[in-house]
Amino acid sequence: MEITLAHYLVVGAILFALGIFGVFLNRKNVIVILMSIELMLLAANINLVAFSTHLDDLAGQVFAMFVLTVAAAEVSVGLAILVVYNRVRGSIEVEDINLMKG
Amino acid sequence: MTVAVLAFYLFAAVTTAAAAMVITARNPVHSVLFLILAFLSAAGLFVLAGAEFLAMILAIVYVGAVAVLFMFVVMMLDIDFVRVREGVHRYLPIGGAIGLVLAVELGFAVAATRFGSGAAPLVSPLAAGLAEGGTAGPTNTERLGQVLYTDYFYLFQAAGIVLLAAMVGAIALSLRERAGVRRQKPGAQAARLARETVEVRKVPPGTGL
Repeated sequence: MEITLAHYLVVGAILFALGIFGVFLNRKNVIVILMSIELMLLAANINLVAFSTHLDDLAGQVFAMFVLTVAAAEVSVGLAILVVYNRVRGSIEVEDINLMKG
Repeated sequence: MTVAVLAFYLFAAVTTAAAAMVITARNPVHSVLFLILAFLSAAGLFVLAGAEFLAMILAIVYVGAVAVLFMFVVMMLDIDFVRVREGVHRYLPIGGAIGLVLAVELGFAVAATRFGSGAAPLVSPLAAGLAEGGTAGPTNTERLGQVLYTDYFYLFQAAGIVLLAAMVGAIALSLRERAGVRRQKPGAQAARLARETVEVRKVPPGTGL
């Protein structure tokens, strides 16, 4: 019984599917949607790290670090938008966010 | 079964269970706490895979900063949790179907692909070096630093610019000018000249101004 690359990929696949599921399940709650996006990025990072060790190439880990950077930036800006939106409209329900009708 | 195999299954189970709780918890505060648990156990998986530095980054940056940011926002916003949970049952079937289909597809993709050396066990370089006896070689952090500041130097700088832009954007978005609050204006204060503000008057004795 050994842990192979496929084990890590299956964990990443389950996490990614849970993230997608979370986006659909919490259609009204932007905060939980953001958390689901974080879960998907974490799944991508698990795959990158697993392949990095499997191929003995550090590029995967460097890329995972950049993914973490972009995720942190995305979360900070997203939450700032959320705070401003809550201040303006008094709610954060996704269905109410239709001020800028396209 | 070695300790590493047991640890992998433990961390994987905790990660997936916590991820499931993140999306199903009624209270967003509980969601954030489960997100922290998921990140920490994923950091354990990273250690098992030999990415010790990334595991520490995940624990420090994610649990220490991003999850706390989530926590602040969740607690600061006055959210009606009952209204937010409305309609969950309506979205459950389609979301579950899409998630299940995606998971099965990804599982098939993993099962059908032969990755190079097939079912070679995935052990971290550190553990492999220690198992062969004695020297563990350069650590993961050392190796990562050697490529990060040479091969990926421009990307590294670009990541810093992304963070700077995000920081400026977040501050600019959430900075609020309240009406009726008397704020200090350092520029106007520094631009004041003595001859405009100080006036010398000759006051005759006994009369006052």
